[in-house]
Amino acid sequence: MFLIPDSVVRFFHRMASPPHFYAFTERLMPWLVVIFFLLTVSGLYGGLYLAPPDYQQGDSYRIIYIHVPSAWMSLFIYVVMAITGAIGLIWRIKLAEIISISSAAVGASFTLIALFTGSLWGKPMWGTWWVWDARLTSELILLFLYLGVIGLYGAIEDKRVASKAVAILALVGVVNIPIIHYSVEWWNTLHQGPTVTKLDKPSIHVSMLIPLLLMTLAFKFYYLIAVIQRARLELLRRERNSQWVKSMITGESA
Amino acid sequence: MTLQAFFAMGGYAFYVWTAYGLTLMVLVLNVLLPLIQRKQFLRQQALKQKRST
Repeated sequence: MFLIPDSVVRFFHRMASPPHFYAFTERLMPWLVVIFFLLTVSGLYGGLYLAPPDYQQGDSYRIIYIHVPSAWMSLFIYVVMAITGAIGLIWRIKLAEIISISSAAVGASFTLIALFTGSLWGKPMWGTWWVWDARLTSELILLFLYLGVIGLYGAIEDKRVASKAVAILALVGVVNIPIIHYSVEWWNTLHQGPTVTKLDKPSIHVSMLIPLLLMTLAFKFYYLIAVIQRARLELLRRERNSQWVKSMITGESA
Repeated sequence: MTLQAFFAMGGYAFYVWTAYGLTLMVLVLNVLLPLIQRKQFLRQQALKQKRST
C-alpha cells in the first residue's frame, strides 16, 4: 500500500460504500454524458464525413467506426467483468459484485453490435452474412458466455451466492479472450488480420485512424454510463432493506 | 459533397445506415431500460413504505 497515495486509498474505500457510490455517480453522470457526446460527434464527423472512402471497399468500410470499437469493448468489458468478479469472490466486496454483473449486459450488447455490424459489412464485401470462421465463431461464443452469466445470475435467488457462481463462470470463460484476439493469426480466417494493433506500423491511414480512436474512447465512456445505470438499479434492489435506501425513499416521496 | 451523396454512402447506404441505426437502438435501450426500471423501483418502494406506516 506504500506505493499508493493515501487519498487514492481513501477514495476507493469510500466508493466501495453503497450510499457513497450512489450519490457520487449521480453527480458524475452529466459529465460522462457530455464527454461521451463530444467524442461521438467528433468521431462520427471524422469517420463518416472527413475520412475518404477506402480504395478497395468504397464507403462500406465506414462500418469500421462502430464495428471495431464494439468488438474491442466486448473483450475489454469481459475482462473487467472477470476481474471485478474475482475481487468480489476473494474479498466479498459487494460493489465489485455489482459492477461485475452490471457489466454483463453492456458487454453482451457490444458483442451483439460487433456481430451484426460485422454481418452487415460482410454481406457486401465477402458476399455472405456469416461464415463459421475462427474469429466469428469465437465472438459468438463470447455472446453465449455473457448470456450464460446473465442467466445464471437470474436463476439463483440469493444474489451473494449468485455473484460467486457468476464470477467462477466468468473466470473460466476468460480463456476465450486470447482465442478471439489471436484467432485471425492462428487460423486461416475470412476475417481480415489486425490493422490497428500492429503498433509499429498500423496499416490504416491517419485520417481513418483518428476517428476510430475517438469512437473507441467514446464507447469507453458509454460503458461507464451504462454500467453505472445498471449498477445503481442493482444496488437499490439488493439494499432495499437497508437504512440508507429507506431514508432516501422517504426523503423523495415526502 | 452534397447531402444526397453523403446519405448514399457510395451505394452502400443500406448496409452502413442499418449498422449505425441498430447500434444506436441497442445503445439507447441499454441506458434507458435500467433508468426506467430504477424509477419504477423507487416508486414501488415508496408506496410500500407508505402502506406499512
